[in-house]
Amino acid sequence: MSPAGTPPPPAALRAEHITKAFGGLVAVSDISFDVPQHSIVSLIGPNGAGKTTLFNMLTGLYRPSEGKILLGGRDITRARPDLITRYGVARTFQNIRLFGAMTAVENVMVGHHSQMRAGLFGSIFRPPWVRREEVKARERARELLAYVGLREPGFDRLASQLPYGDQRRVEIARALASEPTVLLLDEPTAGMNPRESQALAEFMRALRDDLKLTILLIEHDMKVVMGVSERVTVLDYGKKIAEGEPAEVRADPGVIEAYLGKQAS
Amino acid sequence: MSGLGARLRAWQAAAQRRLPQRRSRVLAGLLIVIGIVLPFAFSSSSGFINATIIAVAYAVMSLGLNVVVGFAGLLDLGYVAFYALGAYSLGWLGSGFFFKAKIHALVSPVASTLPGVHLNFILILIGAALICAAAGTVIGLPTLRLRGDYIAIVTLAFGEIIGTLAVNGQSIHIGGGMTLTAGNLGISAVDAPYFPGIGSFNLLNLRPWYWLIFAILLVVLFVNLRLRDSRLGRAWVALREDEVAAVSMGIPLVKTKLSAYAIGAAFGGMSGAFFGAYYTTVNAGQFQFGFSIFILAMVIIGGIGSIWGAVVGGLALGYINNYLIPDVLNDLPSHLGFNFQLTQVEFGIFGFLLVIMMVLRPQGLIPERRRQLELTAEIAPADAQLAEAPGTPGGAA
Repeated sequence: MSPAGTPPPPAALRAEHITKAFGGLVAVSDISFDVPQHSIVSLIGPNGAGKTTLFNMLTGLYRPSEGKILLGGRDITRARPDLITRYGVARTFQNIRLFGAMTAVENVMVGHHSQMRAGLFGSIFRPPWVRREEVKARERARELLAYVGLREPGFDRLASQLPYGDQRRVEIARALASEPTVLLLDEPTAGMNPRESQALAEFMRALRDDLKLTILLIEHDMKVVMGVSERVTVLDYGKKIAEGEPAEVRADPGVIEAYLGKQAS
Repeated sequence: MSGLGARLRAWQAAAQRRLPQRRSRVLAGLLIVIGIVLPFAFSSSSGFINATIIAVAYAVMSLGLNVVVGFAGLLDLGYVAFYALGAYSLGWLGSGFFFKAKIHALVSPVASTLPGVHLNFILILIGAALICAAAGTVIGLPTLRLRGDYIAIVTLAFGEIIGTLAVNGQSIHIGGGMTLTAGNLGISAVDAPYFPGIGSFNLLNLRPWYWLIFAILLVVLFVNLRLRDSRLGRAWVALREDEVAAVSMGIPLVKTKLSAYAIGAAFGGMSGAFFGAYYTTVNAGQFQFGFSIFILAMVIIGGIGSIWGAVVGGLALGYINNYLIPDVLNDLPSHLGFNFQLTQVEFGIFGFLLVIMMVLRPQGLIPERRRQLELTAEIAPADAQLAEAPGTPGGAA
């Protein structure tokens, strides 16, 4: 697809023929795709198509039954989730999974965990470098919370007490705190009104352009998908049924069938 | 103008943040002073001081278990294992039990002439902490890959294994005619703590014992407070709150859980070593399953996850168990015409206390700040509804 002569830049994230079977149920079957650097790629498909399962494999929560996952050339197929985070993949969850008993700032500081060094003895004796690290992490957390649009009074409130929209913001800030190169967002606009969704789409573009992030997105809101993504991959029943630019995918008869059913066409 | 206003507000906020901190510092200093002078109010071998010593040692264990159960959310029902290991560390490192060995380090002139391993009590304390941390790591490695209730079951089993090992250890020969434990006979004639300049502790004057365990409590308390507000402490709470989210944020699951388990074990071991010295014997019969539950009850009654709660819970149950029931209220039933003593039903009393706590104050005596906020948060919407009810103006303030 890329014009001949210019070699395509290496993919930020690449899946090669990955399959995940839970016993007899094949949730994801032989899927390959590339997420080019500094791009926004969407993953769409009906409920139960295997999108979140795919995310869980990309972040190490599930191990693929078959296939390979490469992060900028590094094989992360069998790596532990915390290492994958350290290598530069961060995510949010479909049902927000904040640490409810921690404040917004503390949540974001947990996201910064892999970038900090204080161990057991550092934590107990708290030498100057640990103090500096703590102060820096706290400042960074507040910066990030401000960046995602949380207002100051919410910073020191418990995550479980924040309104839904703010919880989504904190989750994104927490993911950003791990200083990722690839950000996986699992239905970030769920529960948002069209105006908020539009704002979030703008925000994703800003993330890509300002922070030089690569974003892989699971999304049901077609307006958002068509608006922000450079490429779209469509899953149905665990299989890839289409891939390409948003306009191509929208016109694809297989995709229409998967979404609307056969008779409806 | 607005810049000045903002600066004023920032200054005010900073002052408000610092004020409770300073107040709590003063309070902590006051408590420490009271703790130090406390034994002078009682005779040097009174039953109350004895109960206080045991209660403070319980508080140390309670603090240790609180790291495991409260911070990291790992329900450990076998904590008695570390009490046992700590006590045996003392038996091994501070008595003539390993009679073939001749190792002495900074001990009393008497002990330094005896066969066996005789180390200074501080060295034993460190040794007990290290041995228990190592054992905690070994036990934890297979256990902590499990989740929730399964951890409880497996730790319970390990507690029983250590107990059984202690009972049957007299049949485990480690060479030279020496055995691993002395079983139900107990390792007796353990060294009393000795410090140059102070001399050996004895049971006629309990004050030095009290100051020793009080010092241990302060050290353990300090470590707890430091850990709570650290990278590691946050990681523990994150794992407790949501394991999947925590590992997805870069927290190594097994390593982080293990560190909580090992630290909890080390504190239990330190307290266990103290008990070994204080009871002057290390007897396999001391290490029953019920003791694990007893310590857990301290953590729960104090407030799971709360450091000060663990201290208060440990002290409260310690005093009830060793002072209130046996010394003060023991004859109460007979005065009321019943034919039993209160010590015979003490576990019934603890069970009753736990039930009462769960009904009246499920968050514990001194709830963890976070849980406290959570609980008030649940009440808040109800309050809001009340405020919006007709006839109550000013709800939308």
